Parts: sequence; structure tokens; C-alpha cells
Amino acid sequence: MNREELVLERIERARRSRPRLREELVTLAHGAGGKASRTLVEAVFLPSFRNPHLEPLADGAVLDLHPGTAPPDGEAPDGGAQNGGGLDGEAAHGRAPDGVSLDVGEPVGGGAGGPATTGGLAFTTDSYVVTPLFFPGGDIGDLAVNGTVNDLAMCGARPAHLSAAFIIEEGFPVEHLRRIATTMAGAARAAGVTIVTGDTKVVQRGKADGCYITTAGVGMVPSGVRLGADAVRPGDAVIVSGPIGEHGVTVMLARGRLDIEAELVSDTAPLNGLTARLLEACPDGRVRCLRDATRGGVATVLNEIARSSEVAVIITEEAVPVRPVVRGACELLGIDPLYVACEGRMVAVVAGESADAALAALRSHPLGEEAAVVGRVAEDPPGLVLLKTGFGGTRIVDVLVGDPLPRIC
Amino acid sequence: MCLGIPGEIVEILSDRPDLAKVDVSGVRRAINIGLLEGEPLAPGDWVLIHVGFALSKIDEAEARSALDFLESIGQAYEDEIAALRDSVIEQG
Amino acid sequence: MRFVDEYRDAGMARALAARIAGLCEPGRAYKFMEVCGGHTHTIYKHGLEDYLPEGISLVHGPGCPVCVIPMGRVDDAIAIAAQPGVIMATFGDMMRVPGGNGSFLDAMARGADVRMVYSPLDALKIARDNPDKRVVFLAIGFETTAPSTAMTIMRAASEGIANFSVFCNHVTIIPAIKAILDSPGLRLDGFIGPGHVSTVIGCRPYEFIPGEYGKPIVVAGFEPLDVLQAVHRNLLQLAEGRAEVENEYGRVVPWNGNPKALAVINEVMELRPHFEWRGLGFISDSALCLRERYAEFDAERIFQVPGARVADPKACQCGEVLKGVLKPWECKVFGTACTPETPIGTCMVSSEGACAAYYNFGRFSRDRVKEATRT
Repeated sequence: MNREELVLERIERARRSRPRLREELVTLAHGAGGKASRTLVEAVFLPSFRNPHLEPLADGAVLDLHPGTAPPDGEAPDGGAQNGGGLDGEAAHGRAPDGVSLDVGEPVGGGAGGPATTGGLAFTTDSYVVTPLFFPGGDIGDLAVNGTVNDLAMCGARPAHLSAAFIIEEGFPVEHLRRIATTMAGAARAAGVTIVTGDTKVVQRGKADGCYITTAGVGMVPSGVRLGADAVRPGDAVIVSGPIGEHGVTVMLARGRLDIEAELVSDTAPLNGLTARLLEACPDGRVRCLRDATRGGVATVLNEIARSSEVAVIITEEAVPVRPVVRGACELLGIDPLYVACEGRMVAVVAGESADAALAALRSHPLGEEAAVVGRVAEDPPGLVLLKTGFGGTRIVDVLVGDPLPRIC
Repeated sequence: MCLGIPGEIVEILSDRPDLAKVDVSGVRRAINIGLLEGEPLAPGDWVLIHVGFALSKIDEAEARSALDFLESIGQAYEDEIAALRDSVIEQG
Repeated sequence: MRFVDEYRDAGMARALAARIAGLCEPGRAYKFMEVCGGHTHTIYKHGLEDYLPEGISLVHGPGCPVCVIPMGRVDDAIAIAAQPGVIMATFGDMMRVPGGNGSFLDAMARGADVRMVYSPLDALKIARDNPDKRVVFLAIGFETTAPSTAMTIMRAASEGIANFSVFCNHVTIIPAIKAILDSPGLRLDGFIGPGHVSTVIGCRPYEFIPGEYGKPIVVAGFEPLDVLQAVHRNLLQLAEGRAEVENEYGRVVPWNGNPKALAVINEVMELRPHFEWRGLGFISDSALCLRERYAEFDAERIFQVPGARVADPKACQCGEVLKGVLKPWECKVFGTACTPETPIGTCMVSSEGACAAYYNFGRFSRDRVKEATRT
């Protein structure tokens, strides 16, 4: 091994060790979903909360709450709802949720596969602090519902019920709140979930930026489904469900500070219909891992997979779908679309031999029409994401420290 | 060191002659063209954009001829490879 | 034509690479410096080194305006931002640059109002919209960016916007190249010249490089074929025994630059007698400050700043990396103490910095990468 390689080995070792949190104050980088976010979580939250469900730091946890008293076949969602309400310490109010909601909207394949035994309860939560609250293609309400639905779907679950908690700034127009509630209701309907419990708090003017929403969700994971960033193997195929970066760029432009105009709308959408089709088309563990590419974008997701599964992920730049207008905005701002957030796109890793079936299943759904195989999984070099560039070279794709910042250099 | 992006002028703003609306793959922004004073600019022209200013008008003829050169050596290379391949086959 | 994708063609790259390989004398090691960080970024982002034969190495030069700002100046800027009633506006590039006491992101966490802007004109707009605040634009960049700052100051003057000022850190490229050429321990065969600086200053200022130092320089664009072509033309000059200034980037760079842009800089700014460059030390006549007649827009005259010189951390070898004496991985702290998460030196901060580019994009054995991506 030459000297350069020795140095590189040393770096890889350093890279694997747990990073230290050096800052004394939280900075915006800690909320960006990149290395800084992970460092904060690993340094502060993980040591306090550590348990096997939390440890993978996945989109959601899959729990086996009542092993002896699993709900009867076909009524999984009811079980989920009761558990969901119970976890919150507040009874689900209004009409009793009735499980039927599961099959409203996109078919999730629940009825088709015969009686499903329960694989576990998927449980997740997420907070939404987007600025501006309303943007082309959606608003904070869509995000709050779709984001949590997607986190459940990425666990392989059929999302059933959501909670919604609002932190509202004094002086916030009720009209805006109505608008957000209406959007949330529409998004919940489209995803086939119900919002069964919630909370409202108002803080003094200036203590919050308009309105923040936290949603949590539960759903049942069919038996036989076990997805995880650590379940990926060499030979697997890497698929992206559609053009990337549209949400992130739309919101960046909607803030108005950059004075850039583009005909672009957020990609926010519920992905549970898509994941159901995929899981149906590629059963028996052939889907290894699903991840929605939110903060940190596709690049961050691929890195999590490479790191958790100790594999190399090798993608081809030209195969990654990016709309010209997203590419144009990214060029102008000097950022890389691979790091830009999506709210309705996912990365799916499937067994190599199932790639065609997976692609066909995804493309049969309106949200997956532009799905593409973007790469494959290899053994070496473990833990790294490599990109074959359109120019014919190769480079590493690493995780960013914080947000992709517009640059001039 | 300095991110410069080619964009196409779509409109010179009539109320602000120092500004032009420029298009980069469907993304539009008003760009200050004050540094190209004396350079006649019209919709369809391409400029190099840096931090909201047009720094230079892109010379399409020059771009074309540079590309022609690259294409010619690309072609020559393909021909050579093809010739090489043929000769290998003949030998075989 | 979009003037972008055309210059990313893998077929043409293969052909050019074959020519490059054909021009290399067997056993000879060639070193070309790309002066500009934008080229460094291009080289890594597109994996350009995969096309170069073993004998050619590209040395990353000092042309990253973020990387060369000394820590003391960052501290001064943060000190201004921390004053009450101040909004500091700057480019995204500066947000994570470490000073002696943290970065802008840390300053924001302590309550400073720092805004990212795309253009200096956006900073002026913030001043217009916030008449009760003092808005300071932290200006960085080479001659490429200086005209935009100058135009913005002229506009502020003509509109009489009194709450706007500029903390000027513009630097000039030629003295830095001279410093590199005069530094001991460095052997270069030629230069890939900075494309976008040259749109402003033109190609003539580089004539001393072949004239006094006998080295070729090829001014190049920022698409990967541009850079490959610049390597090719450097090799051609060497093979033919020539040393000249050539312009590969004729589509954008006029031989004489942009006279209006130069005039605007000259109207608003003048050379500082000295300026400290991170890693390179003090270089005479290498930076710009505002002229007396624009003093009311000069943040250095308006605000009290510590003005302290902060020595680079001892372990940091940014200077050697900026001069191209060391490869990024040869630095003592590269990748262990100094990483993009916790940068010690500026070369690790900006994505154009040689170290960050190598760490983020190139940090791996080329052979293993080639093996992995073979099929």
C-alpha cells in the first residue's frame, strides 16, 4: 500500500468513529439532516434514549407491542389506532376510526394478498417548520401529512392513523389555519389515513414563525416485510421513484430572497400507494430498503444505506432523473441536486433480479412514472457512495455537513 | 473560483435598461447588464452570469469553432479505433 | 447550444485523453497548476483525473477566495455582525468558514442577524427594506466579483442609501500567482488559467508567466472538456518548446477582458499596500479597499473591528496546500483532525478548497474506485 492509501485508510477509520459534538450552541446546520444533524442526535439524544428500536435511527420504529394479542386478521389498522391513541395518553376523539380508511384511495394491496398476519406496528413522528408556509404545489399541511405517511410507508407499513399537534404564533390568521387544516384533510384522504388525535398550543408573538406542525403516525407492517438500511446486499439494484430535488428548489425559490422564477411545484405526495405496489410485486424480502429522500436528498439516503449495510453504492449520474428546471436552478446557485430535499420521492433498493419487476410496478403508479434504476450495490469499497459521472469519470458522493448553501465560488 | 453560468437573454426590461431577464434551463432571473455597457445585447444573446451580473457576452461563433475542433479529434479517434479493430480482425 | 452539456461529452474526452497520453514523454512527471478553485471543483466533480495518464498531476492553486481569507478578517466580520442593529449579508460560501472563535453559523446561534444573498444587489435591497438597520455586505472574491460589489456601491451612492456599507475583502489574482511562482520548493510545468477572472482582466496580465518564468498558461473554462483541453494545450506547448498565454475559453473570455468592469473597480476601489492571505502570508498590492470618496460605504471605517491577526493553527498546512507544495492528503491533519465537519484550515471549508474537494469527491484509491465501477 502506498502512502496515499495509508492516509486514506486512516481517514476511513476516523470517519467511522463517532463524531464529537463541538458546538456549545445549536446552529442551523444541526437541523439540516446532514452530518451535523446526525452528530447532534448521536451525542445528545441517543445516549439518553438508547434502545434497540431507536438505534437504527430509521424513519420510524416497528414495534411488537402485544405479541400475544395481535388483532385478528384483516383488522390490523384498528389495533394500530388504539395503540396510537394510547401511546399519546389521549383518547382518540370523534368517531371511532374504522380501519376501512386504510383501503380508501390508492389500493395498498391489503386485500389482494390473502389474510395478512401482522408484522408489527410502525410508529413515527416528524415536525414541520417550513418557510414559507404556502408554496407552489402545497403547504405545510401537505408536508405534515405526507411526510409522516411516507415515514410509515418506508417502514413497509400501511399507514393508518395520524396525530397532529400545532404550535401557533399569536396573531396568526385563522384563515391561514383553516387553509392548512383543509389541505391536511385532503392529504389524509388521499393517503387513506385519518387524523385521530391532536393538540394545539399558542405561543407569544415572535416566539414562533407563524405555525409549526408535528405529526405522528401508526400503521401496520404486513408479516414478511422487513426493511432496513442494513438489509442491502451486493448485487442489489438502486431505484429512484421520480425526478429529484423539486420540493427543495421550489421552497428555496418561494422564499423569494433569491429573486429567481421558475415553473416548478413541490413534489409532496403520499408514497404509501407506491410502496404497496412495490412490495406486492417484489415479495419475500426482495425489497431490501425504502427511504424517502427528504432533508439531505438522495445522496444522504444512499450514504446511510452504504454505511449501515457496509456496502458500496455505485450510481450513474445520467440515470438519476432531474428535471432541466431543477438542474438550471441548481447550476445558478451552485448546489448539487443530489442533496436537495424531495417530499414525494423515494429510494428503493431491491434484489438485483427483481429490478425489472420493481421498476414496472413503480411505473404503473402515477407517482412512479419516471422511476429509474440509478445504480447498483457492490461489495467494495464498503460504506461509500460512488458516482459514475456523465463525463465518464468517477467520484465520491459524501454526506453534507449542513444545508446545501448557494455559493458563488 | 467564481461560479459563472451561461444564460440566455429573454427580455431587456424596458423600465430598467440596466436589467435583463435571463433564462437558465427554464429558470429566470433579472440580471444586471451594466457591466456590458457598449455591448449591444438583445433577446437570444447568451451571457455569463456571476452574482447577479452579466460579466461577458458569449461568443457563439467562437464556441462553435472550439467544439468543431473537439468533434474533429473525437471523429479522428473513433476512426482510429475502428481501423485498429478492423486490423485486429484481419489478423485473426 | 447551452454552453454546458456540449463540454461534458465522454466520447470527446476519450479522444482528448488519447492525445494527451500521446504527448507525454515516457517517464516524465508533469505538474500543472489549476490556479482557480472552480477548476479544482470541476476536476473532482466530474472525475476528470480518470482521464489523465499517471505522469500528469494537477496541483490545486490559491484561487479560492474563501480559502485565502485569514482568520482575523473572519473574526472582524463576525464582530461587525454581532453589533446591535446590524444585518450582515454575505454569500453562502462564507457561512461555515471558521474564524478564531467560530463561524457565521455560530454567530447566528448567538443572535447575529446574518443573511445569505445571491448578489451584492440583494444586500442593497435588504438595506433599502430595513432603513432602521445598518446593513453590511461582506464582499469576497477576485476581480470576477469585485466589479459587482463596485457597481452596487455606486448604486448605493446614487440612491443615497446611507445604511449600507461593504466590508471589502476583494483580492487580486496576479500577485498570488507571482507569489506561487517565487515560492521555493515548487516545480510546475504550466498553468491552467482562471477563466472567469479573465473575463474581467483579460489574458494580457498573464504574459509575465511565459515572459519571465518561461511557463505556458492556458486560460480555460469550467466544463470538464475545457480543463482537459487546457492540459492538452499545455502539453502541446511543452512538446513544441513554446511558452505562451493561450485562451481556450474564447467563447467567454475576450483577450482584453471587460474594460467597463475594470473601470468600475477603479472608480470605487484601490489597491491595499498589503493584505494577508491565508497560508501565503502578506502579499503586496494583492487586495482592494474602497477609495476615500466612497468612505461612507466602507465598513472598515464605520465600525470598530478587533483587527487582530490570528495565526493559523500550527498543525494546519493550508499554506503548503495552497501553493501546491503538498497534496491535500499529505497535510498532517488532513481527514483526521481537519474534516469538512470540523475544518481547521480554509482549504477544507469551501467546496472549492483543494482539501474539501479531495475529501468529498476524490478521497479514495483511484485503482479501487476504477475496479468498483468497472461494469
